[in-house]
Amino acid sequence: MPTPTFPNGSAVREATIVSRGHWNPGARWAREPVVRRRSLRIAEGALVTYARTGNRDLIAAACPEARALGIAPGMTLAKARVLVRGLDVRPADHAGDAAWLERLGLFAARRWTPRAALSGPDGLWLDLSGVAHLFGGEAQMCRRILAFCRRLGFGARIAVARTAGAAHALARFGGEPLLLCPPGSEADLLAPMPLAALRLDEDALSAASRLGLERVGELIAMPRAPLQRRFGEALLTRLDQALGRASEPFEPIVPEEPRSILLRFMEPIASAEAIAEASGEAVRRLVPLLAEAGLGVRRLVLLCQRVDNDVQAVLVSLARATRDGAHLHALLCGKIETIEPGFGIERLRLVAARVEPLGARPIEGEMAGARPAPDLATLIDRLAARLGARRIHRLGAVESDLPERSVRALDPLAPPESWPDWPRPVRLLHPPEPVEGVLAPLPDGAPARFRWRGRSYKVAAADGPERLYGEWWRHKKEQAAVRDYFQVEDQEGARFWLFRNGDGEDHTTGDLSWHMHGLFA
Amino acid sequence: MAASPSPSLDALRAEIRAIERGGPVRAARPVVPFGLPEVDDRLAGGGLAPALHEAAGVSPDAGDDAAATLFLAALAARFSRAAGTGQVLWALARRDLFAPGLAQAGLTPDRLLFAQCGDDAEILAVMEEGVRHGSLAAVIGEVKRADMAAARRLQLAAEEGGTPAFLLRRWRKADAEPLAAPSAACTRWRIGCAPSSPLPYGIDPTEGLGRARWRVALVRQRGGPPHDWLLETPDAEARFALPAPAGDRADLAGGEERRAA
Repeated sequence: MPTPTFPNGSAVREATIVSRGHWNPGARWAREPVVRRRSLRIAEGALVTYARTGNRDLIAAACPEARALGIAPGMTLAKARVLVRGLDVRPADHAGDAAWLERLGLFAARRWTPRAALSGPDGLWLDLSGVAHLFGGEAQMCRRILAFCRRLGFGARIAVARTAGAAHALARFGGEPLLLCPPGSEADLLAPMPLAALRLDEDALSAASRLGLERVGELIAMPRAPLQRRFGEALLTRLDQALGRASEPFEPIVPEEPRSILLRFMEPIASAEAIAEASGEAVRRLVPLLAEAGLGVRRLVLLCQRVDNDVQAVLVSLARATRDGAHLHALLCGKIETIEPGFGIERLRLVAARVEPLGARPIEGEMAGARPAPDLATLIDRLAARLGARRIHRLGAVESDLPERSVRALDPLAPPESWPDWPRPVRLLHPPEPVEGVLAPLPDGAPARFRWRGRSYKVAAADGPERLYGEWWRHKKEQAAVRDYFQVEDQEGARFWLFRNGDGEDHTTGDLSWHMHGLFA
Repeated sequence: MAASPSPSLDALRAEIRAIERGGPVRAARPVVPFGLPEVDDRLAGGGLAPALHEAAGVSPDAGDDAAATLFLAALAARFSRAAGTGQVLWALARRDLFAPGLAQAGLTPDRLLFAQCGDDAEILAVMEEGVRHGSLAAVIGEVKRADMAAARRLQLAAEEGGTPAFLLRRWRKADAEPLAAPSAACTRWRIGCAPSSPLPYGIDPTEGLGRARWRVALVRQRGGPPHDWLLETPDAEARFALPAPAGDRADLAGGEERRAA
């Protein structure tokens, strides 16, 4: 990875975003807005996260409400609990926080500046040189970034300075949400800061406090030689980096470019055969790239740039990662008819938009001598290309008693769960159709005759009731609802699934209306 | 009709099949029997071949339609079980199919893949793609309209892919019998509900239900005469059954005193 350094006194401007003192990125409630809102509404529901350090539980982060109540990160959890009753305490998720920060960094590298880097567990460095004018100047750009973080649910502070070290210090100890440091005034602004702002290690900090050194300004004013003898090289390096006297390596986050193949044509192509041939060539060139990286493609995009600069896109999704060239080509060919070539296509770009690692897989059934079945995934891809990915699915069980809610669509390669063994019809009428003229003894007798779809049926045999209760946790009106299901057979042998609203005794459970809900065979 | 005792007759039949198909005979997958000798003996080949099979309800009533649906589901489940956990593709345009009911005829959700199609033409195209692919144990489609050409196309694809295709012909109008028009299907079935026999201990017929029954009519089959049976509905492992003959049945309620076992 390239680690560019900043030459001394260059015009590079750094912005550091930190989220310390507010929410850490990845704090779960930022991703669960409902939970967050609920916790804010309750006055005593201040939220903190804690992490175990040694044998003590320390507060890792505290929400604004908790901070207003006097809880600060670093406090022991026991003390916080004594201070505030009814504190909502959750374990900290450092890995999740780091993942969020990395995502934010990746987003910054794609959207705001080509050079962004992580700065500790709670900050990002953005190199603003040459990009700020694209966003309306440094101040405007920083305000936009702040607004973006706020929309995500993160509190953030930004400091812009000429060096990474100064930006780091000002963002964390500057005390303002947005701090623009005029070039050349780093030393003045840093002077009143505590020494911790310089990213020093614990030993150096404690040695300095023993000597009565508190502020950065005191350090700047001291002669260098005794400082180096007393504290070693590290302190001076940090000081120089903050003031722009020494360079500092910068490890930018490099977003991964999707692998793609670009074909340029001598003459614009327009016929379906030519496009098929060209896309086949692109697939042939793409597959070795994927094989080399051990990747399989899940989503493939074919971008056809026309003579008039219009771009026609064809998207192919795959049920499972693959780099089978013939299969990919067949899927692309099935969609060529959706391309409008216009006056001809000049350039064709095939992009592996989503890839997954694809290694070797054991062959099933080969050792036992059985013929391995052809892969179902290729069929699913073809059908999905024809119908649309959401229209090819499996059906699996949902834990719900109500029949109309007991089925959900699943991914075609997902293993579904089966249903409990209660008798269920083959065809389900949704919504249930009203049934009239029902003659049935209360409270739990099966119907003897009924009218449905304009025909009378006389019941020869019946089974039931199977009582299903409403799901009170979904709707208030289902709280008392009861359905009594009967399986009835008419005189010709057809079997129906009828239900009555209500248990036949208590009128709050239903209005005793009968409905046809399904047909057995 | 049982498998022919004469090898030369078998060879001739194979030759006719090859001429019909316009190509050499591929080693076909074995037939899948019903598991009931009374039915299998009447089927040419002793079971259902991987080809096109059609079924319809005997009447436009919803109950007969459900019976035809479950009949095909059970046949597909038998093919799926013959292949271990073979996958079945169900192409449908309406959304009234209820998967828990299919699971009770042996077509459990881990065997079943659904394709939501827009119209009959799309259903037939998806079915053809499914049978040609060769990875499926069976393909089911429910259509209202499929002409002779479409059925023949599907039949050829099914034989080439070695995968059975089951076509549920649903009634469009009360007077348009779906199986009236000719078709290239290998077998055609007409299914209707039949009254089940009351439970032996039932004091009151509203107290319980016996196993449901169908009148299963094989109205046309290639290489054999039609026939019909009274069958009991498939169980959770897709096994059909014949009703016990009247003489072997347990006594009915209200009849004579039950004999000691």
